[in-house]
Amino acid sequence: MEIFNSESKKIISDPLSINNPISLQVLGICSALAVTIRLDQAIIMTIAVIFVLCSSNVILSALRNFIPNRVRIVVMLSIIASLVTVVDQVLQAYLYDMSKQLSVFVGLIITNCIIMGRAEAFALKHGPSKAFLDGLGNGLGYGMIIIIVSFFRELFGAGTITLPNGGAGYELFSIPEAWYAAGYENIGLLVLSPGAFFILGLVIWTQRELFGIEEGE
Amino acid sequence: MGGFEHYLSIFTKAVFIENIVLAYFLGLCSFLAISKKIDASVGIGMAVVVVLTITAPINWFINTYFLDKGALVWLSPDFIDVNLDFLRLIVFISVIAAMVQLVEMFMERFSQALYSSLGIFLPLIAVNCSILGGSLFMVEREYNLTETIVYGFGSGFGFFLAILALASVRYRLRYSNIPPRLRGVGMAMLLTGLLSMAFMAFSGIDL
Repeated sequence: MEIFNSESKKIISDPLSINNPISLQVLGICSALAVTIRLDQAIIMTIAVIFVLCSSNVILSALRNFIPNRVRIVVMLSIIASLVTVVDQVLQAYLYDMSKQLSVFVGLIITNCIIMGRAEAFALKHGPSKAFLDGLGNGLGYGMIIIIVSFFRELFGAGTITLPNGGAGYELFSIPEAWYAAGYENIGLLVLSPGAFFILGLVIWTQRELFGIEEGE
Repeated sequence: MGGFEHYLSIFTKAVFIENIVLAYFLGLCSFLAISKKIDASVGIGMAVVVVLTITAPINWFINTYFLDKGALVWLSPDFIDVNLDFLRLIVFISVIAAMVQLVEMFMERFSQALYSSLGIFLPLIAVNCSILGGSLFMVEREYNLTETIVYGFGSGFGFFLAILALASVRYRLRYSNIPPRLRGVGMAMLLTGLLSMAFMAFSGIDL
C-alpha cells in the first residue's frame, strides 16, 4: 500500500487548513487556551496531544471490530485515560517543572474533545494506518493554532519568546530594555484569560477569511 | 479554618473570581456549542451543577481513602508508603462516567419531567472538561470534604451563570450585522473574552 498517495496527503493536510480541529470543527478549545501563556508550554502540550491522539486512534482503530457499540464510550475513555496517565508520569519524571506549570491540564487531555471526536468520527471507521495519519494531522492542526495563539500572547503580553528546555525554558528573544525606556509597554491583558479569548477569536476569524468558510447561525 | 464565612468565600471565589469557564477555560466545547439556544443552555447548566456537586465529593472520598499517599493506612499500618495517585485520572473519569449514567437512570425512573429537560445533556457532560477539572482542582488545592462540596456546587453554578449570560448575548446578536466569516464561533470567542473581562472586575473581592 502506498502511504504517500493523494488520499493520505489529504488526511494530513485537511486538518491544517480547511478542516482545522480547533477553528473549524470547534473541538478541544478547553485545553487550547489554558496552556497558551508561554510558547514552551504550548509546544510541550502539542507533543503530548499528538502522542495521545495518534496512539489512541491506532489502538481504537485496531480494536474497532471487537468493541461492542453500546459500551464504546467507556472503552474509549479507559484507553485514552491510560495513555494520558503515561504522558503525565513521563512529564513528572523528566520535566517536573513543566508538569507543575501545566498542572491539571495534562490530565484534562482525557476530556479534550479532539481525541474523543476523532476516535468517534474517524478511527472507528478506518484502518490503523489511516487512523494514525488522521491523528497526526489533527494533532498538528491543534498544535498550529495553540502555537500561533501562544506566540502572540507571550510576545505582546510578556515581551519574551520561550522555547522548551527542561522545566525553566530557554529564552530565545526578549524585547530590549531600550524599547521600554522609549515608552513601549507590554499589554498586560493578553496574559490574563480575556486575552486568550480575544486572540483565539481573531485567529479563527482570520482563518475563515483565508479559506472563505462561513457558518450558518 | 472553618466557619460560615470561609465557605462563603470559597463559593464566591468559585463562582465569580475563578469562574471555571471564564478564568480556567474548562468546559468550553459544550459552552460554545450549546449557548446558541437559551433553553438548552439552562438545561446543560443545571446538569453541570448536579453532576459536579455529586462527583466532586465522591472523588474526594476515593482520593482520600484509596489513592493518596498513605491513604490506605486505614486497612493496615503497613500500607503507609503505598501511593496510588497514578491511578487518579483513570479512576476519576470512570467515576464521572458511571455517576452520569446513574444520575440519568435515577432521573428517568423518578422524575420524567426533569429527565425530559435534562436527559439529553447528561451523556454530553460525561466528557465535559469542567467536571474532571473540578475534581482535579479539588485534589490540587487540598480541600476537605465540606470545602469540596461547596467548591463543586460553586463551580457548577459559575458555569451555569456564564453559559446563561453568553446565550442571552448571542440571542440579542441575532439581528446585528456581523461580518459573515466572524459569525458563529469567532464572535462567540470575542464575546466570551468580554464576559471574562467583566468577571475580572470581581477579582479584588475577598470575604
